Formats: sequence, structure tokens, C-alpha cells
Amino acid sequence: MSSVPRAFAAMVRRDLLLTLRNRGDAYNPVFFFVLVCVLFPLGTDPRSDVLQSVGPAIIWVAALLACLLSLERIFRSDFDDGSLEQIVLSPHPTSVLVAGKVLAHWLGSGLLVLALSPALVVVVGLKASVIPVLMMSLLLGTPVLSLVGAIGVALTVGLRRGGVLLSLLVLPLYTPTLIFGANAVSEAAVGHSVAGQLYFLAAMLVLAVTLAPLAAAAALRVTLE
Amino acid sequence: MTETAHQGRATPLLSAKSLACRRGDRLLFSDLDVTLLPGELLQVMGPNGCGKTSLLRILCGLRAPDTGAVLWRGQDIGEQREDFQQELALVGHRPGIKDDLTPAENLRVSGALGGASTGMGIEDALRRVGLLAHTFDPCGQLSSGQRRRTALARLLLTPASLWVLDEPLTGLDRQGQALVESLIYEQAERGGACVFTTHQTLPGGAGRLRVLELSR
Repeated sequence: MSSVPRAFAAMVRRDLLLTLRNRGDAYNPVFFFVLVCVLFPLGTDPRSDVLQSVGPAIIWVAALLACLLSLERIFRSDFDDGSLEQIVLSPHPTSVLVAGKVLAHWLGSGLLVLALSPALVVVVGLKASVIPVLMMSLLLGTPVLSLVGAIGVALTVGLRRGGVLLSLLVLPLYTPTLIFGANAVSEAAVGHSVAGQLYFLAAMLVLAVTLAPLAAAAALRVTLE
Repeated sequence: MTETAHQGRATPLLSAKSLACRRGDRLLFSDLDVTLLPGELLQVMGPNGCGKTSLLRILCGLRAPDTGAVLWRGQDIGEQREDFQQELALVGHRPGIKDDLTPAENLRVSGALGGASTGMGIEDALRRVGLLAHTFDPCGQLSSGQRRRTALARLLLTPASLWVLDEPLTGLDRQGQALVESLIYEQAERGGACVFTTHQTLPGGAGRLRVLELSR
């Protein structure tokens, strides 16, 4: 195996191992996702059909916020202990290593959200028939959240209190994903075709996969200066 | 091949011309020239806050100098980042050791990130720095000196010809300091170069060791 894929794989493996060793931290955002989806219906009138119209939005907003909560993890500890310098000074392209870190982040957050989502469909009062579309939209959408978020974290990780700035920076970029993701699910609930929304999400994913690692790598260089 | 090796002996590995570094509106240093021939060691000294770490970061390419340029084998480091970083090893002030991983796991990751390897096994490297007994302990449970040793073990795994070490002696006991010294001298014997900061004087560096004093 040539050395660049090997470095990519080492990066993914390292970050997954770190996630496993810090399980408490890692599961917190996912726990948050489940809590929001479970508590929201309790606060609404169970007889009205409000839930059916806002259900998709609840799941998607909760997934988005769960991702936002876990974003800092991508670079924070590496910045604090100096590993980030080692990553930037590696002879391998920084963007490839960053892509590895983002993949590990998604496997530890987005994928768990995706895996739990079918169970929550019923909780928020949606029909089970939307499960395939919901999972498809999350499968295409949550990696976009991780990728775009990585740019924001790369820019703000050097600041002492970058948390608020990170949200301000990243949330506007998250809105297209949220709109198309939630819309796909609500259209599916009333039986319309959702191919358009899913294609759009797929296009955003392709765009994010190609550009976000490059942008995040450039941002890291600026941060470390 | 031998001819280029001879030429390599004549041309400096690393040279920096008229470097200046500014932090805020304070000028840390200006018009600073650094030249490192193969086999040369450069000790950067000076009071706290005089820009030692900034200089090291500039030489690694982590930070752009405010004026001047850093050349690696005669070419600007920005134009040949990959080649330069292939030959560079940094042990920074924050050593880049993950507390949740064991020393062996840390070194394995560094090995994969670093590209080329000297062929020395991780176990041998850990034995050399005296951490073999702690191969399976997470680094978070080790003392700060032991963590620094883990970071120094990285230097044994990479064939890098330029080492940049920021305060490699802090937190180390006497044996550890002797270890760092012998590592640095071995690097010089191999024909590599090393830039490091420390406040202590290194014995036995005569002939190879140059001292660069930064003042405030």
C-alpha cells in the first residue's frame, strides 16, 4: 500500500481509537439527539397532527445540533497537545489527513445518528414508510455537516472562546442541508417524489468532499501561524 | 551519486536570510541569518520571550517570516513543502503526544504520518528511550518527562536530516538529558543537522555546536 493511503488509514484509525477511549464525550451529542427527539412530542398536544408536520424538522434539527456539539472534537485536542503541528508538517497532503479526521468524526457521530433514526421516526409521530427516505437524507446530509463544520473548526480552534463564533460561522452553511434534508422527509410523508431533494443533497456532498478538506487544510495553516 | 554527495557537503542544508519576526507591534528579531551545514548543530539561546520558539516555527515553515526567506538545500521551503517536510522532524514545545494512546500507538501513528522510516522497530525505539516497561500504559498516566521521551522516540523512527527541537531537555532527569545529547550528536555524525533551544550548556559539542544568542 502506498504511503498516502496508509497515512489516511492511520489517521482514521487513530481518531476512532481516541473516540472509543473517550466514550463519554463521544456519545454525549448522540444522546442529545435522542433526547430532543423523545422530549419534543411530550411537549406538544398528542391529539393534533402538529407533530406530523414538524416531525421531519425535529429529527433534522436535532441531528444538526448534535453534529454542531461534537464538531470541536475534530481538531480541539490535537491543537491543544501539539499533534496538529505534526499533522501539518507531515509530508503527506494535509487535506488527505484532514479528510481522514473528518471521516472518523462522521463515523463517531453522523453514523450513530443515522443508525438511531429509524427508532425515532415513530417517536416523533411519522409513518414508518418514511424511514428509507429519512435514512437516505441523513446518509447524504450528515457527512456534509461534518465536512463543512471541519472548515469552521479549523478556523476557530486557535481562539480561546471560539464556540460561539463557530456556530455563527457554520450555521448559515448548514441551512441548505437542513432545508433539503427535512423537506425530503416531509414530502415523502405525503407520498411525493423526493428524487430532486436527494439529488441536491448528493450534489452538496460531492462538492463538500472535494472542497472542504482543501479549505480546512488551508485554514489550519492559518490557525497555526 | 558520490558527486552530488560532495556537493551536498558544500551547500548548506538549511539557510535563512535576513529573517525578521514581529509579534503584535514588537519586533522580536530582525536581519537574522541562519546557516546549517550537514553535521552542524545550532543551539538557540536567549531570555524568555525573545522569540526562540517563533524562530523555530519559522524554520519549520509553520509560520511565515515577516521578511526574509528560509531555504532548504538552496530552494525556498514554500516551493517544495513535501520534500522539505519529508526530511524534517519537529519535537515542539507541545510534543504532540495523545494522552489516550499508549507510547507504542503514538509512535505507530507518527510513523505512518512521517512517510519514510529508518527501519528501527517501535519496540527498539522505546527501549532506547527507556520506556519499554510502559509500552501498554496510556501516555496520560506517564509523567511529563516520560511523555517527552515518547516524543523523542519519534526521532529514532524517521530518517529526517533536520531536527527541530524546542526545549528538548525540559522535564527530563539527568539520564534523559544525557539521552537527548547523545541523540543530537548521533544526528550530527550521520550528517544531519539539528536546531534546538535550551538554557543549558551541552558538553562535548565542540567543533559542531554553534550557539545563536537572541537578545531582547
